[in-house]
Amino acid sequence: MEQDPARDAVWRWVGAQPPDGAADRDGADGVVGLMSRLCRAAVLVLPAAGVGVSVLDDDGFSGVVAASDPASRELEELQFTLGEGPCQEAHATGRPVLTPELDPSTSSRWPAYAGQAYERGVRAVFAVPVQVGLRRLGVLDFYRRRPGVLEPGGLARARAFADVAADILVDGQDRATPGYLADGLEDALSYRYVVYQAQGMVMVDLGVSLDEALVRLRAHAYVTERPIADVAADIVAGRLRLEADPHQEGAPEGEADG
Amino acid sequence: MVVGTARVAEVLVEFADTLVDDYDLIEFLQRVTFRTAEITQADAVGLLLADPKDKLHFMAASDETTRLLELFQVQQAEGPCLDAFRTATPVVNTDLRTASARWPLFAPEAVRSGFGAVHAIPMRLRSQVIGALNMFSAQPGRLTADDVRVVQALADVATIAILQERALRRSEMLTEQLHAALNSRIVIEQAKGALARIHAVDVDQAFVLLRDYCRSHNLKLRDVAQAVVTEPRGVPGLTRD
Repeated sequence: MEQDPARDAVWRWVGAQPPDGAADRDGADGVVGLMSRLCRAAVLVLPAAGVGVSVLDDDGFSGVVAASDPASRELEELQFTLGEGPCQEAHATGRPVLTPELDPSTSSRWPAYAGQAYERGVRAVFAVPVQVGLRRLGVLDFYRRRPGVLEPGGLARARAFADVAADILVDGQDRATPGYLADGLEDALSYRYVVYQAQGMVMVDLGVSLDEALVRLRAHAYVTERPIADVAADIVAGRLRLEADPHQEGAPEGEADG
Repeated sequence: MVVGTARVAEVLVEFADTLVDDYDLIEFLQRVTFRTAEITQADAVGLLLADPKDKLHFMAASDETTRLLELFQVQQAEGPCLDAFRTATPVVNTDLRTASARWPLFAPEAVRSGFGAVHAIPMRLRSQVIGALNMFSAQPGRLTADDVRVVQALADVATIAILQERALRRSEMLTEQLHAALNSRIVIEQAKGALARIHAVDVDQAFVLLRDYCRSHNLKLRDVAQAVVTEPRGVPGLTRD
């Protein structure tokens, strides 16, 4: 409705992207299909080496809606596994987080994330909140393989993409059953549910709070160098149980990859 | 038209300024009718909007006497507003005294109420027509083509204000729904895990326990799930006796 040429331009870019296998059961124009196309369009236009969009709730719990490629998806997941990174920070503050020079040797910001992202070739990372009015729904992240500040107009372009990401989520909700997430979005986020289930289990096993349970899950994932989703899957399947004293956790019973 | 172009420009600027700020929609529509009455020297101006079934409803007027309200009401069935709404073109300069053939219900009623002339301007944006602006005068006066253009401009700005407010309300409502649905989903998964451990069952069975508990106690899934994760051993009948 508003005269917003930047937003219109982004929609045209999104429309020009071909659908891919990431389309959800609602097709190339469903929430996930459109968001995937948005991420790929953003790679070309921002430009970026990779783009990802996540939704987050008030407590910072989240899910990746779409990413431009598997490497970008992994970088999004990494932030959740470690519990730190530009995405979390942008969501918490409601402001863009711009890191034109990611260098773990010179900065102590996000020590775990910065080190692993750097190893994967990330040299600059930017995170823009995806919001409607004051309500924050998630974050759009993009990264580059060469350091450097955003060029003039770069942040405005990123914000236009974030605005359209919000439109996609809102339009998707319009088609959803009231009280539920849109089908496609539900499917896309379901991979993460095992982590939340494991979180509930650890909370009971250790008699700790929900937040503390997630900290423990993340610590185990970090120490064993496994994605948090894998650790969670083992816990839910009964193959692993976290102990009150982490030093008593030996090799998980019957762990498939030894 | 009696008012000069300077006043018209002032009014249009006033309307445009409203759009970029927070505004109360009904108060704004009221102002539209007052300004239109001033600019056209009409005795009464009303604004009608269509519902999703394309039925016109009175929204605001410069004068809300009963007789006027009844004249708006009649136009759900027939009349200049309905014609303007359906054809998306202005219906102007109709002499009410000779309009009984055209509007057998409306025209005599309007004449009985003391009106000689009526005009209706469609409220539209591109291909969408959302209602009509209705002007009544005691004297059968004539709007010139320029007058019609001016009133159409006022109607157009009012249309934009209404559509903008509708879009905003829809956006906000859906955003809150998404936010709540996401929150709910996550806390339910967390509760499933907790219940699975407490009752030594798998997560699917845990969900059945949760759902059955909610049904028999007439509680919302999300609320009970939240209680479970806040105080895992504290939900009577579910996690404690």
